[in-house]
Amino acid sequence: MTTHLIKGARPLGGDAVDILVEDGRIAAIGDSLAATGAEVVEAGGLIALPGLVDLHTHLREPGREDAETVETGSRAAALGGFTAVHAMANTDPVADTAGVVEQVWRLGQEAGLVDVVPVGAVTVGLKGERLAELGAMADSAARVRVFSDDGHCVSDPALMRRALEYVKAFDGVVAQHAEEPRLTVGAQMHEGDRSARLGLTGWPAAAEEAIIARDVLLAEHVGARLHLCHVSTAGSVEILRWAKSRGVQVTAEVTPHHLLLTDACAESYDPVFKVNPPLRTEADIEALRAGLADGTIDAVGTDHAPHAVEDKESEWAQARPGMLGLEQALSVVIETMVEPGRLDWAGVADRMSVRPAQIGRLAEHGRPIAPGEPANLVLLDPGTRATVDPAALASRSRNSPYAGRELPGRVVATFLRGIATVLDGKATR
Amino acid sequence: MKRHLLEAADLDRDDATLVLDTAAQIEQALAGREVKKLPTLRGRTVVNLFYEDSTRTRISFELAAKRLSADVINFSAKGSSVSKGESLKDTALTLEAMGADGVVVRHSASGAPHRLANWVRGSVVNAGDGTHEHPTQALLDAYTIRHRLGRLDGVRVTIVGDVLHSRVARSNVVLLQTLGAEVTLVAPPTLLPVGVGSWPAEVGYDLDAVLPKSDVVMMLRVQGERMNASFFPSAREYSRRYGLDARRMAALPDDAIVMHPGPMNRGMEIAAEVADSVRSTIVEQVANGVSVRMAVLYLLLGGAAQ
Repeated sequence: MTTHLIKGARPLGGDAVDILVEDGRIAAIGDSLAATGAEVVEAGGLIALPGLVDLHTHLREPGREDAETVETGSRAAALGGFTAVHAMANTDPVADTAGVVEQVWRLGQEAGLVDVVPVGAVTVGLKGERLAELGAMADSAARVRVFSDDGHCVSDPALMRRALEYVKAFDGVVAQHAEEPRLTVGAQMHEGDRSARLGLTGWPAAAEEAIIARDVLLAEHVGARLHLCHVSTAGSVEILRWAKSRGVQVTAEVTPHHLLLTDACAESYDPVFKVNPPLRTEADIEALRAGLADGTIDAVGTDHAPHAVEDKESEWAQARPGMLGLEQALSVVIETMVEPGRLDWAGVADRMSVRPAQIGRLAEHGRPIAPGEPANLVLLDPGTRATVDPAALASRSRNSPYAGRELPGRVVATFLRGIATVLDGKATR
Repeated sequence: MKRHLLEAADLDRDDATLVLDTAAQIEQALAGREVKKLPTLRGRTVVNLFYEDSTRTRISFELAAKRLSADVINFSAKGSSVSKGESLKDTALTLEAMGADGVVVRHSASGAPHRLANWVRGSVVNAGDGTHEHPTQALLDAYTIRHRLGRLDGVRVTIVGDVLHSRVARSNVVLLQTLGAEVTLVAPPTLLPVGVGSWPAEVGYDLDAVLPKSDVVMMLRVQGERMNASFFPSAREYSRRYGLDARRMAALPDDAIVMHPGPMNRGMEIAAEVADSVRSTIVEQVANGVSVRMAVLYLLLGGAAQ
């Protein structure tokens, strides 16, 4: 295995040091390290962070390999600075059995660009009717710990309660897509001034908040862990803050796009901006940024959702919801959180690596940059700004909401257990 | 004028007034003529692209284009390649290849004309998109009001009914505000969109309180199916609270008019005796629709060949 000597990187934005990576681990950290035979990575001025961990990725395989595969999505992830991604269960077939999660896990191993951690469906076929074999998925080679019907809400309160309870047996967590289905029939965008004018059916904030309020109460009652996918409203942040103050074991993620974009994007009627939950208002963005800054929101989860051209180049109502995120997530966090001074590099490491790894129970990720730790690292140049070109993305799809937008930050290198998956800004395989 | 007419906000006050004045001139030019036809758009091609059944709007546009001597193609979604799954974009590219100068589009999806405008070089005219807008309906309504009352500035217009699902209401609120009229919306709260407070209109729930202060009452079609989704308890209760009958009509000022974009549900939002009264402009609106659509097509397509 190649030995790497990273010269002059700044761990969590601190003083420049050399980092020696050997046998998949950080062997030494210090000034002017030397190692014969090591491949030198000049990292003067670059920030070093623990490899990023995504709790929420759609890799589309099996079923929609025309939109993304485990391999192309893994490459996009590595280029975005990730070393582990959780692959959501809404594939075809649905990842609701040990067989499917093991298949996804194995494809991830074969690609070898990030650790692909399958998420198991909570209910059979995501239908919200009866529990999938959660224990079998937990015991499988994929070692599933996060369970989600993402794309659908586990709306039946009794079923949600049972799921929360059941996964305690293997330290699992239910990741809820909070959307009261009766309140969002036909919903197309955030319900407010803009939906009223555009004539697009509204998706009320209350439809998210009602489920979050219900589920934190259930989690408290049964003493289980609950994770909330893609929280998008100011009200959700308030409920979370209240629940955490009571000691409820609840965690939450926010997507990059909900930190940056508002429902004003819908005025173009370009479905590249159609997403579920929908883009919200300036006030929601402000509350989400504040929540991420003070830790009420634990993590950034990309909700990377590749879609084929024909599923997006259509009327708004016909288009599928979702947008790409893996390759720009870190840039958006720098733009919205780091540059305005709301999160330092230790904070970025915490919200994009440490906490998501803890939520997913990934022992080898989100670790300190210290001798003896696994060498899961990302090196980034925070100063460079570049305009996003969808055609240049590694994802098989092109539905980036950031097309044409200038964003800061460039991932220069990513290491997965000491293996360089990205060098000089390019994927190595 | 902008190249497309996608929503009422595409027209500033000068543009909107120009459309109305042009419609009046066209009407004058054709008055008393035996051959009701102008040569203005000879050699131009107008495609009526209708993804939704709407006989009256399609016929109105077709007549408007034909009276301007344009070649008219009716492209109905039913029984065409569209029903075989062709995408809006592919249809647009097909029309583009055939050299359409103007595309008049009716679609059940809000924003479909906006999408289409990205894909064709010709002018796109929105003939009604989902629950978004129907700008030529607003233009013909404004034309009718101006014709009957002699002005638009300061005219008090009350729009009654299913504002939530109405593209006619959305276009009228914007256009009437542009032209200086004062708009009041009256509906059960369930049929007003969240966010209506940001519109340039007053909002009320009590029809009887507003009628004496209305120069124009515009009744919107209310679909009976809405009551199945609990927007209101029953057609009878809706009619009792928000329907315009003879008793309510008597509360209007003397010269006030009653409008309806059609098709009407007689006995639901409007009583037959109101629809057929001298205050009613419903038939006039249909006639004015052709003149106004001629004006729109003329102003968008009538310039020197591009």
